[in-house]
Amino acid sequence: MINWLANPARFMRLSASAMPWCGWTAVIALTIGLFWSLVAAPPDYQQGDTVRIMYVHVPAAWMALSVYLFVAAASAVALVWRHPLADVAARAAAPIGAAFTFICLATGSLWGRPMWGAWWVWDARLTSVLILFFLYLGYIALVNAFDDPSRGGRAGAVLALVGIVNLPIIKFSVDWWNTLHQPASVLRVGGPTIAISMLVPLLIMALGFGLFFLTLLMLRMRTALNERKAAVLRLNAGAARGPRPERARTVSAHTAIP
Amino acid sequence: MMRDIGTFLAMGGYAGFVWTAYGIGFAVLGGLAAFSWRRYRDSIVALERLQHQLTGKR
Repeated sequence: MINWLANPARFMRLSASAMPWCGWTAVIALTIGLFWSLVAAPPDYQQGDTVRIMYVHVPAAWMALSVYLFVAAASAVALVWRHPLADVAARAAAPIGAAFTFICLATGSLWGRPMWGAWWVWDARLTSVLILFFLYLGYIALVNAFDDPSRGGRAGAVLALVGIVNLPIIKFSVDWWNTLHQPASVLRVGGPTIAISMLVPLLIMALGFGLFFLTLLMLRMRTALNERKAAVLRLNAGAARGPRPERARTVSAHTAIP
Repeated sequence: MMRDIGTFLAMGGYAGFVWTAYGIGFAVLGGLAAFSWRRYRDSIVALERLQHQLTGKR
């Protein structure tokens, strides 16, 4: 199955038809989600209208974690089985994950100021998410730091796999330590404690963010494959032309036997 | 009607926080989408130009 999926030509064919569907469904889900979260959902009895920040903040946080898991899994496949698409997928996903993490941190700060009275506190949840953001930036910097893309890919894959230890810390930080951040109210063992009138728009926004990620991932992977194809064509064209006459003369002049 | 819109925009006195949060979210995602789309179009144009050059020379 992985071998079947790892074929770049097949991916280009499949993504060409899947990408528009995914993109338009994301637009529809986000439009409905926005209307529901800004207009139809009720204000919280304690937090008032600031609770509406949750409909951007929480899906962004879920995506930040999920995308990192995706980057780590794709990196593992690239590292172990050397599948051509896995490295492309990990590189394409990382900036999207970094964007979601930034949104999570920024909206969390905007929610924290009126509720906690502080833009930022160094509690376990916030700090571990900040570390996740730095892991994304480190991964992006590392894969682009080498002239040889395969070496960059391997170094980045190792970093992505090491950084996966941060995911359970983020998830369980609110249980392990006494944090200012509230504990989980949706993804918890006993089921969601959030009111259904708030849960539905939250899930619709999460669906919209998820589909947006898939669309952008396919778009960025197609870009990377086009760029790689162009690089191979340039290389082959250069090899077919052979050495330039001036270069050939220079080489022959230096290597001529007297 | 205007009062309803005004109440909606005021967000219970938290307009600055709520609208900025939504603005940041959609500016970042919209910016990333626009940048990715532009790079995708550029990659298609560059590939087509290269293929055209190579087939033209053969």
